Amino acid sequence: MFGNDAELNMGGLKMKVSITVNGKTHDGDVEPRTLLVHYIREAVGLTGTNVGCDTSSCGACTIHMNGEAVKSCTILAVQADGASVTTIEGLAKDGVMHPMQTAFMENHGLQCGYCTPGMVMAAIGLLNENPKPTEEEVRLGLEGNLCRCTGYHNIVKSVLAAASAK
Amino acid sequence: MIPAAFDYKRASSAAEAISLVSQYGSDAKFLAGGHSLLPLMKLRLAQPAMLIDIGRVKDLSYIKDAGDHIAIGALTRHMDVETSKVLHEHAPLLAHAAGHVGDSQVRHRGTIGGSIAHADPASDLPATTLALGATYIVQGPRGQREIAAAKFYKGFLESDLAADEMLIEIRVPKMQGAGWSFQKFNRRAQDWAIVGVAAWRRKGEAGVALVNMGSTPILATSVATAIAKGASINDAAAMASNEAEPQSDLNASIEYRKHLASVLVRRALEAATK
Repeated sequence: MFGNDAELNMGGLKMKVSITVNGKTHDGDVEPRTLLVHYIREAVGLTGTNVGCDTSSCGACTIHMNGEAVKSCTILAVQADGASVTTIEGLAKDGVMHPMQTAFMENHGLQCGYCTPGMVMAAIGLLNENPKPTEEEVRLGLEGNLCRCTGYHNIVKSVLAAASAK
Repeated sequence: MIPAAFDYKRASSAAEAISLVSQYGSDAKFLAGGHSLLPLMKLRLAQPAMLIDIGRVKDLSYIKDAGDHIAIGALTRHMDVETSKVLHEHAPLLAHAAGHVGDSQVRHRGTIGGSIAHADPASDLPATTLALGATYIVQGPRGQREIAAAKFYKGFLESDLAADEMLIEIRVPKMQGAGWSFQKFNRRAQDWAIVGVAAWRRKGEAGVALVNMGSTPILATSVATAIAKGASINDAAAMASNEAEPQSDLNASIEYRKHLASVLVRRALEAATK
């Protein structure tokens, strides 16, 4: 079921999709109603991307699609056909964490950790568009990501640390 | 939450999209960025039998200076409206309001045309383009027609668009240096407005529209007329709800919404007058 023969079996007329996830192309047959987050988690088998609110509010499912932060619970897998997707699993290179992951670790930017993959992906997207944000810009830039532990201070600290480390 | 099953077709041009929707009729819905439609489908509040994906239609994502107005392709994303230099120069109210839609992830996917065609009275861009006196260009099997924003919104999530018509362009008159303000009152940053106000003012003219103050976006014509006749901001703002028919919900009672509308209209006019 996993890997290159990715398949989601929910019945109904299926369509072929080809989505590059973390540099590796996954061809799969999906029902049109399959959400991208379910394709990533269940067909590709990468469960680092979480489903939180499932209503495009909380941002736990944030990934990068063609280089931009998006909410994968509100995109159909068929819409992502041909796209290049990066998930939290695709950040570390050769066992070395991405600077944003390091910044979250060093600044205690997580408590329970559930929002963290989405928070890290959104934060990297934010710095791609605004490399040297002010604290206010970080808070505003992360408005689409909720932390139910309310650990925002250290999350903001982490993002600012990652920005100044660049 | 997963939507009810549906069939899916991808259109590569507006003509193909219209031909497909003519074939499937009112069971079909256009899918652009999907950030209004998919949440409704996941809640099963919408269950179209056919989705026609227009997200890859070429040539409908643009922002062009067209002389007296700015022409915006219907598939232009909120992010591109928010950051457009042309709009910052000629229609800054629209660029600013686009930056208040949802959050950055939503703005990377959602489109101005999708938001307008969805005709949600709580959305920011229907009211903003209404305040600016925009014209919408729609294409159907028999060609194109123009609809003034003031005549487009017919009811809750209902517009003048026929089932086989597609919104293709939004034309926004240049603001010609008018003062402007966008006021959005909500409890959390990314939420829909409990009440919102888009307003501009230039010498003896003004345009004011309200977000979430009725079953459609509301043009506050009493306020604009009062300003044109020289009324004070306070007196004009007191008329904020004259055209509105707000609903009561978990966030706000009718009375609270009306009070909020007059406060926000006053703030918007004050900011637009500076």
